[in-house]
Amino acid sequence: MDLGAINPILLIAALMSAATPILLAATGELVAERAGVLNLGVEGMMIVGAICGFAIAVETGSPLTGFVAAAAGGAVLSLLFALLTQVALANQVASGLALTLFGLGLSALLGQGYVGIKPPRMGDVSFGPLAEIPVLGPTLFSHDPIVYVGLLLVAGTWAVLRFTRAGLILRAVGENHDAAHALGYKVVRIRTLAIMFGGACAGLGGAYISLIRVPQWTEGMTAGVGWIALALVVFASWKPWRVLLGAYLFGGITQLQLNLQGAGVAIPVEYLAMSPYIITIVVLVILSADKSAAPASLGRTFHASN
Amino acid sequence: MVRLEKRAQPSQTFAYLTPLLAVLATFLFGGLLFAALGKDPVQSILTIFWEPLFGEFAFYYRPQLLIKGAPLVLIAIGLSLGFKAGIWNIGAEGQYIMGALFGAGFGLAFYPAESVLIFPGMMLAGAFGGWIWAMIPGILKVRFGTNEILVSLMLVYVAEQFLASMSLGLLKNPEGFGFPGSRNLQQYDSAHNAEIIAGTGMHWGVVAALIAVIFAYVLLARHRLGFAVRVTGEAPRAARFAGVNPGRLILFCLGTSGLLAGLAGLFEVAGPAGQVSIDFNVGYGFTAIIVAFLGRLHPIGIVLAGLLMALTYIGGDIAQSQLGLPAAAIQVFQGMLLFFLLALDLFTNYRLRVGRVEAA
Repeated sequence: MDLGAINPILLIAALMSAATPILLAATGELVAERAGVLNLGVEGMMIVGAICGFAIAVETGSPLTGFVAAAAGGAVLSLLFALLTQVALANQVASGLALTLFGLGLSALLGQGYVGIKPPRMGDVSFGPLAEIPVLGPTLFSHDPIVYVGLLLVAGTWAVLRFTRAGLILRAVGENHDAAHALGYKVVRIRTLAIMFGGACAGLGGAYISLIRVPQWTEGMTAGVGWIALALVVFASWKPWRVLLGAYLFGGITQLQLNLQGAGVAIPVEYLAMSPYIITIVVLVILSADKSAAPASLGRTFHASN
Repeated sequence: MVRLEKRAQPSQTFAYLTPLLAVLATFLFGGLLFAALGKDPVQSILTIFWEPLFGEFAFYYRPQLLIKGAPLVLIAIGLSLGFKAGIWNIGAEGQYIMGALFGAGFGLAFYPAESVLIFPGMMLAGAFGGWIWAMIPGILKVRFGTNEILVSLMLVYVAEQFLASMSLGLLKNPEGFGFPGSRNLQQYDSAHNAEIIAGTGMHWGVVAALIAVIFAYVLLARHRLGFAVRVTGEAPRAARFAGVNPGRLILFCLGTSGLLAGLAGLFEVAGPAGQVSIDFNVGYGFTAIIVAFLGRLHPIGIVLAGLLMALTYIGGDIAQSQLGLPAAAIQVFQGMLLFFLLALDLFTNYRLRVGRVEAA
C-alpha cells in the first residue's frame, strides 16, 4: 500500500471533474423540484444523454456537438415524463421509475454499435498564465469546458431563482400550484419547461461520463449517479450552492475511493466501490430531519378542476 | 374543444380496460420499433408472444413461463402492498440479491452434508436476508424520516458490490479452477430447488408465489391490516384517525416485500440459476415494478401481468436467436408497456368532455 502516491493537488483537480456529472444532473433536478415536480427519471435521462452525446460525438468528431446532442436527448426523453405527469396526470413516482427503466433499455439499444470505440477528446480550456500558478493552476484552471459550464449553471440557477421574476414564478408554482394558477400562471407549461431543463442538464451530465470521465460507452455506465443526484437535491435543501457543496463532497469521495483502489489499500475493491452509496445513505439520514425546505407542492398532481 | 373532467368515482370499466389497452398500444408501438430496427413487426410480435406458447417448441418454453414468472410475481406481490400504501420500495433487486446470498451461503456452509433440513433452512436464511435489507430503509424512514425510495435504491448498488465480493471471495467454488462463482447448487441435492414435477417448471418458488398471492388477496380483502394498507394509500390523514400506526405499517410493507424478494432470490439461485455469480441476477427486481403496476396492484392482476412479462423474457430470447432482435429492444418494450399503462390510466379518474366550457 502506498498512500504517498495520492497527490492532494491532483486529487482536488480530479474531484472537480468527478463532481461534474452529479452537479449537472442535480442542478437540473433542483429546478424541476422547485417547480413542484419530482422526476425520478434522472438516471434514465442521464444514460440516454450519455449515449446520444457519445454517438453524435463519434459520428461528427466534435465533442461539443456531442454535448449539445446529449442535452437535446435528455430534454426529449424528459418530454415523455412531462406528457405522463402534466398531461395524463399520472403519478410522478411511478412515471419517473418508468422513465428510468425505459431510458436504460433505450440507451442499450442505441449504443449497440458503439461498444469499444474511443470518442474524440475534448481539449482543456486555456487560461494562459493562470494555469501556471502553483497549486491553484492545476486545481482550478486546467479543466475541460464542461466543468466550468457546471459552475456557471449553478451560479445562473441561483441568480435566476433568487433575483428574477421568472424564478419567482417558478417557485410560486412549486410552492402552491393552485394559487399560482389562480394568479394566471400557466402551471403545466412552466412545469414542462422545468422538466425539460432538468432533462437537458441530466443529459449533459450523462455525456460528461461517457465522453470525458470514462471515456467510452458501456451499458448502464451511469451506475446510480442519477439517483445520487436525486439524493443530493434533498441534501442541499433545494438550494443551488449547497448542491455544489454536496457534489464536491461526493466527487471527492468517489475520487478518493478510486485513488485508494489504485494505491492498493488493504480494503477489497468491492467495499471501496460501495462507499459512495453508503455515504449517500448516511448523509440522507443526517439531513432528513429537516423537510421544511421542500417545495410545498412537490410531487403533487395539478389539475385545474381541483 | 376537448377538456378533462374529474370523475366523481374512478371508472371500474377503465380500471380493467387500461392494462389491455396498454398492451395493445405497446404491441403497436413495439411493432413500429421492431420495424425501425429492420425486423418484420408482425413476425417479431408473433415470435415473442405466440412462439413460446403455441409454437413448435412450446413444450420446452411453457415450463419457462413458470420459472421466469414465479420470481416476478413473488416480488411484485410484496411491492404492491407498499405501493398501495404509498410506501415505495424500489430496491427489490438488492433484496433479491441479498436473499440469494444469505440462502446460498447457508446451504454452502453445510456442503457436502446431506439433510432434508438444509433447504428449509436456506429458505429461512434467504427470507431473512431480503427482510433485513429492506428493514434498513424501513427503520431509517420510521426513525429519521429518510426517503425510502433513495435508500432502498442505493442499497441495490451496495448489494451488487457485495455480490461481486462474495462470488469472487467467500462463496467462490474452491474446486472451480479459479473461475468466479460458487459451487453449483444444482449438483448439491439437499440445497437444490429442483422441479417438484419434472418437466413442468414447477419448483418451490412457484408454490411460494401462489401462497403469496392467496395470502395477499386475503390480507387485502378480508384483514384489518389490508384495510390499513388501502386507507393509508388513499387518505393518509383518515388512516391516522382510523388508528393506523404509520410506522408499523411502513415496517410491515417494506419487511414483507423484502422477505418475498429475498425468497425469490433464493429460489432462483438454488434452482434455475444454480450458482452465485456476479451476474446471476437479471433485473427481476426492477421488472417486478412493471408487473406490480400492470397488475393494478391486485394479486390476481399481478399473476396475469407476471406471466405476460415472463413471456416477453422467453419470447425475447427466441426473437434474439431467431431474428437477431437485440435484447435491449425487449427492455424498451417492457418500459413502453409501463408508459402506456400510466398514460391510459388517465381515463380511470377523468373523462374527456368535448364541447365549450360552461361559465362557472
